[in-house]
Amino acid sequence: MIKTRATPSPVKTGAVISAPVLPVDIRVAGLCKSFADTPIFQDVSFGLPRGEAVAIVGANGTGKSTLLRCLMGLIPADSGSVDVLETDIVNARPAALRATRSQMGLVSQKHNLVPRLSVLSNVVQGLLGQRPGLRHWSQTFAPAASRDAAMAALDKVGLAHLASRRADRLSGGQSQRVAIARALIGHPKILIADEPTASLDPAAGEDVMELFFSLARREGVTVIFISHNIDHALQYGDRVLGLAGGKLGLDARADSLNAKQLRGLYD
Amino acid sequence: MRNNCGAFMTDMTSPARFERPSALAFLGYAGAIVIILWSFAGAGFSVDKVISSPPRFADFIDRAFPPNLEPKVLARLGWKMLETLQIAFAGAVIGVILSVPIALVAARGLIAGNWVNQIVRTTLGFIRAVPDIAWALVFVVAVGLGPFAGMLAIAIDTIGFCGRFYADDMEAADTGPAESLTATGARKLDVVACATIPAAMPAFISTSLFALEKAVRSSTILGLVGAGGIGIELKVGFDLFDYPTAMTVILMIAVVVITIEQFSGWARTKVIGEQR
Repeated sequence: MIKTRATPSPVKTGAVISAPVLPVDIRVAGLCKSFADTPIFQDVSFGLPRGEAVAIVGANGTGKSTLLRCLMGLIPADSGSVDVLETDIVNARPAALRATRSQMGLVSQKHNLVPRLSVLSNVVQGLLGQRPGLRHWSQTFAPAASRDAAMAALDKVGLAHLASRRADRLSGGQSQRVAIARALIGHPKILIADEPTASLDPAAGEDVMELFFSLARREGVTVIFISHNIDHALQYGDRVLGLAGGKLGLDARADSLNAKQLRGLYD
Repeated sequence: MRNNCGAFMTDMTSPARFERPSALAFLGYAGAIVIILWSFAGAGFSVDKVISSPPRFADFIDRAFPPNLEPKVLARLGWKMLETLQIAFAGAVIGVILSVPIALVAARGLIAGNWVNQIVRTTLGFIRAVPDIAWALVFVVAVGLGPFAGMLAIAIDTIGFCGRFYADDMEAADTGPAESLTATGARKLDVVACATIPAAMPAFISTSLFALEKAVRSSTILGLVGAGGIGIELKVGFDLFDYPTAMTVILMIAVVVITIEQFSGWARTKVIGEQR
């Protein structure tokens, strides 16, 4: 382990608060996951205070995406606990899980837009967690307030002029911007990005990262992102978590690390 | 391992053109040949009959040609063919519409549990196992002679076909959009409606066009058991040895079925061509 940093605690010590204490949005303790008797990671523990941007790095197959899916309750963990926005994700009932997810946004490597629907419908569907039902299945039936919110989200990513275009007729960079708009429309408290630039060329990747983090910082949300780009991890992350050998092998402030140290995780 | 130049060292020996089958594979091939020969014997395959049949077939062709093209007959058969197409379209549309909710509960990992999936899939398997002509006989008993019985037979046959394939299409659809919507806290029903069904839509349309082709082919023979359509004309033509009229019916069926297949193929190419 290169350098560790204690998880920030919201607990006051005595009557004096030595520094502003931020609420912890995500708290993971002793998390283990395996697939068909093949252990992916074991005993992963960390905590993320509100507003922090955390990069997760590590070689292929170290379980970075699996870890994110466990955080969102998309796949079950074998053991350990995951508390997100004060919800016990591992033991939560479906309704509680949906309520917590509705305060989160996900941006995936492959954009994951619904290809045959319009850009505006895709963004409106980002509200389904908060406003379930037929009216948010398509922009056609959506209430005016939701359509306006979707247009505002598209405007933030500079694609309001493409609202009526089919999602499968966008470039990779445009698709990822729409995915960001969809993740942001519900004003989430936590944003999760799984290699958001992996399918983009370097220039489009830089644009997407700039946009993603300028919007995330403006909204003051907690961000967890996976990246194989070490420069991105150091530039955009306040903190870096590194997975290696089935363990959390690194937990350090980004400004205390250099590229060479992170490359060591890939050896 | 790399050589001195830094290139990977690999075995350059090309594999044999033919691989000797294992003893188990050899037994499998031998067993398959025995089953084929046994089936031929059971089916009454006779070389003598194959040799003697061309003259009889030529006699039928001689008596059937030229087909009966009298305007009165053509008008009667035309109306019957129209009724056949109506039975096929109405039955296929009802079947396709009802197949969607049935497929939703048949598809594994969508909205219903495993045991519900299994029950619905088994039921769909039963529907498919019963031939359309048998369904027509059942509905003739249930609702009486006529095209309505034929339409119901086509509808249930379409449910058996589309219900299973729609379910398979949804299971095979890209799960990425569904995962992204699930991650926003959307309910299962919303995820299926907004991500899974749109992702499977090209496959749905392709399957529906196959169902329409199948429905048109089936509807042409349902008349044999009194379930409406042009099939009754074919039966009467053969029963009365009116081979020219029977040949007219056969040619009309061939033209309509080939036209529907051509249209279906064109529409399928257009739909799948849109997929990028």
